[in-house]
Amino acid sequence: MLGALIIVFREAIEAGLIIGIVLAVTRGVAGSRGFVAAGVGVGALGAIVVAAFADRLSQAFAGSGQELFNASILAIAVVMLVWHNIWMAQHGRELAQNLSDVGRAVARGDETLFALTAVVGLAVLREGAEVALFLYGILASGESGWDVFAGGLAGLALGALTSVATFYGLVAIPPRRLFAVTTWLITLLAAGLAAQCVAFLQQAGFVTALSDTAWDSSWILSDKSIVGRVLHTLIGYADQPSAMQVAVYLATLVVIVAATKFFAARPPSASVGAPAE
Amino acid sequence: MASVMGISAAAAAENAFTLTIKDHRFEPAELRVPANQPATLTVKNLDATPEEFESKSLRIEKVIPGNSEATFTLRPLKAGRYKFEGEFHDNTAKGEVIAE
Repeated sequence: MLGALIIVFREAIEAGLIIGIVLAVTRGVAGSRGFVAAGVGVGALGAIVVAAFADRLSQAFAGSGQELFNASILAIAVVMLVWHNIWMAQHGRELAQNLSDVGRAVARGDETLFALTAVVGLAVLREGAEVALFLYGILASGESGWDVFAGGLAGLALGALTSVATFYGLVAIPPRRLFAVTTWLITLLAAGLAAQCVAFLQQAGFVTALSDTAWDSSWILSDKSIVGRVLHTLIGYADQPSAMQVAVYLATLVVIVAATKFFAARPPSASVGAPAE
Repeated sequence: MASVMGISAAAAAENAFTLTIKDHRFEPAELRVPANQPATLTVKNLDATPEEFESKSLRIEKVIPGNSEATFTLRPLKAGRYKFEGEFHDNTAKGEVIAE
């Protein structure tokens, strides 16, 4: 039972952290909890469907279906997060005042709320598919039955607790700073997801350049440990990244910071026709 | 994003290796492959339960459903040892690819 608990918790950490961050970012926005809950629900439903078709998905695209599916999901999540950050930057002045303004400003931008909901749904979908497959496989084989299933559910509950802890950890930050903190969190989160996306494309053989390992810090902190997993999600920590992953991580950071600065510097109406990168 | 499409399937096919998963153990647990050459690795899961074949150093992370298989393209590996494991049963499912 403990084994199943740990396996499911490891898978659920990433989704749990992302849900907690999104809850904190959209705090005070009317209906945001409903949006997040909808994201979790749709993601979980999608995860079960993906798990049911895992075999066929795996065989698709000359056996690279699973990798390409994961890479696509990550790429969409990165785009959504970048979009959110740029939107927030455009409304930075109104947001700087106080938290209720953040609520009103975000409420006016339904698009960014939708983008964050999608990020939640995609995170649940990706991690949830593995959890569903694991639990289903155990139940189907009758290997160790309900005891393991109970462990899995306990793992999911711990994942949910991660969301709660992340949320309360973030909202404890003074409102004026919260905006800056979450902007950085989302920037680092997006860069980490972009690096993961490239890892899947490398695994699928679609990206073959710069495949050597840039460094190995697994002896200091394994990214399979709980702390490693948390840092993996929050800042994209990897203990043995490829050179390409590092390059993509840095490039994503630079692009987001530059785009955020660019859009923050002028009113939203003047930003039409800006270079899309 | 720089990308070079696909490693030549023909070159990799010359170095094709197979691993099986049975009772949550890999067979063979040590797999020798030639260094500095592309290769393919097929992992057959003979168990009824799914397994996540994972290797940081080989850069592979993939769920293989019960009674099915997955094929991976290995990049040309420098001589050395590359650990892999079955993440869902990591107390028994362990192994190494040895490039030499």
